[in-house]
Amino acid sequence: MPLMRAVLLSICSLFWATLAPAEEIVLGLSQDRVAITATFDGSEILIFGAVKREAPIPATAPLEVVVTVSGPDEPVMVRHKTRNMGIWINTESVAVDSAPSFYAVATSAPFSQAMSDTEDLRHKVSIRRAIRSVGSEIEGAERFTAALMRIREENGFYSLRENTVALDQQTLFRTALSMPADLIEGEYKTRIFLTRAGKVVSHYETVIAVNKVGMERFLFNLSREQPALYGVLALLIAAIAGWGAAAGFQLLRDR
Amino acid sequence: MYIYLPIAEVAVNAFLVLGLGGMVGVLSGMFGVGGGFLLTPLLFFIGIPPSVAVATGANQIVASSVSGVLAHLRRRTVDLKMGMILQAGGLVGATLGIVIFNYLKSLGQVDLFVTLCYVVFLGIVGGLMFIESLNALRKSKRGAPAARKQRSWIHALPFKMRFRTSGLYISVLPPILVGAFVGMLTAIMGVGGGFIMVPAMIYLLGMPTKVVVGTSLFQIILVTGATTMMHAITNQTVDIVLAVLLLLGGVVGAQFGTRIGALLRAEQLRILLALLVILVCAKLALDLLLEPSELYSLSPLREAK
Repeated sequence: MPLMRAVLLSICSLFWATLAPAEEIVLGLSQDRVAITATFDGSEILIFGAVKREAPIPATAPLEVVVTVSGPDEPVMVRHKTRNMGIWINTESVAVDSAPSFYAVATSAPFSQAMSDTEDLRHKVSIRRAIRSVGSEIEGAERFTAALMRIREENGFYSLRENTVALDQQTLFRTALSMPADLIEGEYKTRIFLTRAGKVVSHYETVIAVNKVGMERFLFNLSREQPALYGVLALLIAAIAGWGAAAGFQLLRDR
Repeated sequence: MYIYLPIAEVAVNAFLVLGLGGMVGVLSGMFGVGGGFLLTPLLFFIGIPPSVAVATGANQIVASSVSGVLAHLRRRTVDLKMGMILQAGGLVGATLGIVIFNYLKSLGQVDLFVTLCYVVFLGIVGGLMFIESLNALRKSKRGAPAARKQRSWIHALPFKMRFRTSGLYISVLPPILVGAFVGMLTAIMGVGGGFIMVPAMIYLLGMPTKVVVGTSLFQIILVTGATTMMHAITNQTVDIVLAVLLLLGGVVGAQFGTRIGALLRAEQLRILLALLVILVCAKLALDLLLEPSELYSLSPLREAK
């Protein structure tokens, strides 16, 4: 009675899925904080983990893994140029309410296969869904969000990397995400989804903290807390450097 | 080698920025222009956010101007008195400029206005200066003395004052007006205003070219110094790390520039500055006229933390 078995199994798995995830994620990160120093030029983070389960591997559909890392959200103004009286000027603009400053998705299979559209909508996983633009009244606001995605993808801030999560025996997974040098500070939300047949069976969230350290931290804080002192410091450095160069060259010439 | 800038929050190639600073420094020392009209657009181009580029550019110009002025002071080619008077006018003009700037900002077309300002002023100044200096160069080749010291309405104004270094005895009104006009443009365009100040001093006030460069630099130090402080306090957009990189290149460049300038004749110097101004003007005009490859632009509305 193979049919009965399949039905029973699916009922079983449904039961488990509602009660407690039958498959849980045990996660490891090569680093859970990124320190921005003066010579920071990007970072590669290794995300790896294992699937913990009490029962044998379900035989329904193969396990897939989706990993996302998302930088702090911020509103973005997108402007469009058109030709007016012979010159190109910004004529239209749409404020996108909230777009992550950095967003990377890595999957173990083609995206549409790894996650269904319904699940994508619920968890806002794809790049398109991670950008929030509500209440924009201008007609055709989608082309502005499309432009936002295109420009950020070209600059490496947004990326969808299909088939870059390696999955062994439906149990061990790992992927490497590279982050560009132009990171802004904040908490980078990291999410891992386990899916079967496009449905999310388990997910896990953690945070990678990106912070300025050392001199970068000191200067940033000074500029915010003691702006007058910071300004004087900037002028002083400028004056000393100018004087130093003049004096230095004078010495060279006099010799 | 990449350096992460703490305020701009971008990483830049250190050598590229050093080179930029050096190039602008050479021009600064040669012509007495702060170089802001070149530096600010170049910083935009390498990906520095505009607000940081304007504020930090001002800080870098302080350094290269100090370096240049010291070299000029030693040669006694700085008219301190004239500089102070220009500055007095400049403060009035800058205040007026900020009012105009904020009004345009409320209309939402400030970027376009600033670019148009650049194109118009660079075009007029560059064009006039080019024609004039070409004529002067041709005349001096034929051996005729350049006749530039004709008496005009400027010499008929009251409140006369003697400017010993410049060899002038003129009314204080034209310098104050010139200073006010340049100060206004400084506030709107975010530059030191040297490229307008230098020709204005030569053609409107009749100052000798050799004195003009040093005096302009002296005046620029005060303007950009005040601008730096203002930006540091109100917008917190001065990036010291970027400024240090720029000014390391800039101060060395300014020293070379001053020496190159001393080797050239006044007419040649003016022709070169005119060509440079026209070049920048043409580039900006083309950007307005040609279809850009990317019609959309992004500006994150990042709130200051």
